[in-house]
Amino acid sequence: MILRLVFALSIALTFAVPARAGVEVQEITSPGGIDAWLVEERSIPFVALELRFKGGGSLDAPGKRGATALMTHLLEEGAGDRDARAFARAAEGLAASFKFRISDDNISVSAKFLTENRDEAVALLRDALGNPRFDTDAIERVRAQVLSGIRSDLKDPDAIAGRTFDAMVFGDHPYGSNHDGTEHSVAALTRDDLAAAHRGAIARDRLFISAVGDISADELGQMLDILLGDLPENGAPMAASVTPSFSGGVHVTDFETPQSVVLFGQPGIGLDHPDFFPAYIIDTVLGGSGQESRLMREVREKRGLTYGVYTYTVDKDHADYMAGSVASANDRVAEAIAVIQDEWQKMRDRGITEQELEDAKTYLTGAYPLRFDGNGPIARIMANMQASDMQIDYIANRNDRINAVTLDEVNRVARELLDPKRLTFVVVGQPAGLSN
Amino acid sequence: MKQLFAALSAMIALALPAWANDQITHFTLDNGMDVLVIEDHRAPVVVHMVWYRAGSADETPGVSGVAHFLEHLLFKATENLESGELSATVARNGGRDNAFTSYDYTGYYQRVAADRLELMMRMESDRMVNLRLDENDIATERDVIIEERNQRVENNPSSLFREQKNAALYLNHRYGVPVIGWRHEMEGLTLDAAQAYYDEFYAPNNAILVVAGDVMPDKVRDLAQAYYGVLESNPALEPRNRPSEPRQMAERRMMYRDARVAQPYVSRSYIAPERDPGDQKKAAALVMLAELLGGGQTSWLTEKLQFETQTAVYTGAFYDGLSLDDTSFTLFIVPAQGVTLQQAEDAMDKAVADFLEAGVDADQLARIKFQLHAAQVYARDNVESLANRYGEALASGLRVEDVQAWPDVLQSVTEEDILTAAREVLVRKHSVTGWLMSDTQEVSQ
Repeated sequence: MILRLVFALSIALTFAVPARAGVEVQEITSPGGIDAWLVEERSIPFVALELRFKGGGSLDAPGKRGATALMTHLLEEGAGDRDARAFARAAEGLAASFKFRISDDNISVSAKFLTENRDEAVALLRDALGNPRFDTDAIERVRAQVLSGIRSDLKDPDAIAGRTFDAMVFGDHPYGSNHDGTEHSVAALTRDDLAAAHRGAIARDRLFISAVGDISADELGQMLDILLGDLPENGAPMAASVTPSFSGGVHVTDFETPQSVVLFGQPGIGLDHPDFFPAYIIDTVLGGSGQESRLMREVREKRGLTYGVYTYTVDKDHADYMAGSVASANDRVAEAIAVIQDEWQKMRDRGITEQELEDAKTYLTGAYPLRFDGNGPIARIMANMQASDMQIDYIANRNDRINAVTLDEVNRVARELLDPKRLTFVVVGQPAGLSN
Repeated sequence: MKQLFAALSAMIALALPAWANDQITHFTLDNGMDVLVIEDHRAPVVVHMVWYRAGSADETPGVSGVAHFLEHLLFKATENLESGELSATVARNGGRDNAFTSYDYTGYYQRVAADRLELMMRMESDRMVNLRLDENDIATERDVIIEERNQRVENNPSSLFREQKNAALYLNHRYGVPVIGWRHEMEGLTLDAAQAYYDEFYAPNNAILVVAGDVMPDKVRDLAQAYYGVLESNPALEPRNRPSEPRQMAERRMMYRDARVAQPYVSRSYIAPERDPGDQKKAAALVMLAELLGGGQTSWLTEKLQFETQTAVYTGAFYDGLSLDDTSFTLFIVPAQGVTLQQAEDAMDKAVADFLEAGVDADQLARIKFQLHAAQVYARDNVESLANRYGEALASGLRVEDVQAWPDVLQSVTEEDILTAAREVLVRKHSVTGWLMSDTQEVSQ
């Protein structure tokens, strides 16, 4: 199936993006039955390939916290008949780039390779995904790097805030702890644990693929069969859904540093909820639109209390919530938090204005097509869309859905969704005038 | 050495019918403003940037941070724009905007739909000359930059360490003063200091316009003439002759202790030459040296200190040749558990000495050169980073032809060039060695 997609035509009156903004997305299936999205773009001789294996760090078996992350870091540290150094030399010699990243919900692979040596690059990536060696020396070397990072996080105010927030909101669920694991759990991981994590995480039943660049649909199909055809069909079961727990109030973790770091959050809704777009607009006006948001104006521009204050909607695979962050000197952070609480209440009680709604719409709808501006970015967007269960036509419809939101809807959702009593703050530092 | 890789080069050249240089158009307006147009017609997007050839190293002593402070204040009112109106207008048009300050330049950019270019030029040219500083903005925005310093520097022991180390590296040049400013001087920044910097440096003959994306050069020329070409140049603008480094005669060593340090490390920086117009050969050799020593998994330090021995958790080498005046070459080592900082430093020194003894591995050099070639291909996928590359180079004293010659200069570097540059630059009396430590850590072995 080929869908010709043209952005933003429906709002051509307010924002004249030419039809050329269209990205032609092909939905392909390889001879071996592997699905992928493709944008053929022949002007530069390389391909950007994105893979998403859903599950990520949340797949860790009980007592094996950090196994999936350590396994992911080891994929490029020796595979097939090459040890870590031989693998690195081979990749460098092809000028191919493979990036393996892990999050709570995904293992993502970002690859780019030149047209002229594509087959060799694919063979190398195939080894990394399907035949990682997990050599003892590589395990120990990478384990030491992971442990160094974990130890640094114990003294980093941003990391402490993230850990405290996650533990408070998600408890024993995998989201409640860092997917890197602890010093204790990582020290105990064995080669067998890593092999098991690999079997659980790198499987075809959870795989989403996109490619953008100098390649045809037929070539991509053949390439994917070679690259991924031998991977196991099924992996480990996904983590359960979790309802985030927001108790409200301010929670202080004492840490000696001049500026307090603050995370805050409350329950939220995901993309599949009928009120998602009104909620997204609320977030945009409140703190999601950078310099133009109400919080930035009140906390930074008017009072000079921070360099930056932001909110965002978090749509994870197993939980949805609203969150935000701010950092402010220890003697001023209490005021920053009071202003945020006040704005939260105001937004709930009075909603937004017609002008704010219009500004948010032109901002969101105008910014959207600008994201599609290179092979790499387009490939990432398409992979993330698939991993979030979105259809290709989302690209064409998304701006219409934003434009269809009414002021009444936004203000109803503000009243229903925003909950100042459950808005929970985690503060790391030595804030004056705040205590648990 | 290009001949050695002739086959390789030919292959790449064939694969690249539209070589990146074809995308570039460069001209100068009558009032002295440089204009650079970079075409990429794949998406209807444009990046509009104005770079000023003025950064923190051009500040007057005593008002460190004023270049960056002024950058913040440029988002306030002008004779034609309300405070915040520029950013609000960009956002309402679906774009994003920001600004940045470095030692050698200050830049402002917007990224919007290509048909909004004229609006961007109207606003950006306005604030080049029509800023109306207001005493009410000064106190609040000063608090903002102090919070920015808190966030970037005071809350981060590695940043504090780098700041102290830089101050020790430069004996006379303003590169020893942090871009964001020393805190005690930031607290005293005034409207007058910001105004003085603005009056001196914000003028078309000190600026570079870079427009990149879905635009045609002729159209950009017309718009640039209409909005920027009509502004008066500043005849009082002086050449950028800053205080230069004296002969450096003493190795410097420092220890920075901080309770927030969990992972100690050693880092050493040497004064090093930068890329100069028509003279980029030595800088190219230093780029190769940094790659060979510490550029990745197959580099010499990684090989010796992480693979053959388990002395280090990480090692690396950095060199950035884009700088108006003398830059630096940096080595670092993060020791493995149980390895002291002294042992780590000694192992790093021995590894570098062994490298100079052993010479350059020809295969590795060939791989690096091939990667640099490929980087030219990948770079074309991101027009914004191309725009940054040219803007930064021009603001750092280079010319368009230097940027375009750079890939060939890199390809021409020989083993001898690299070893000569290494012996010239890696001299201890031109360096500062820093140990970043926790407050309780023993110094003894």
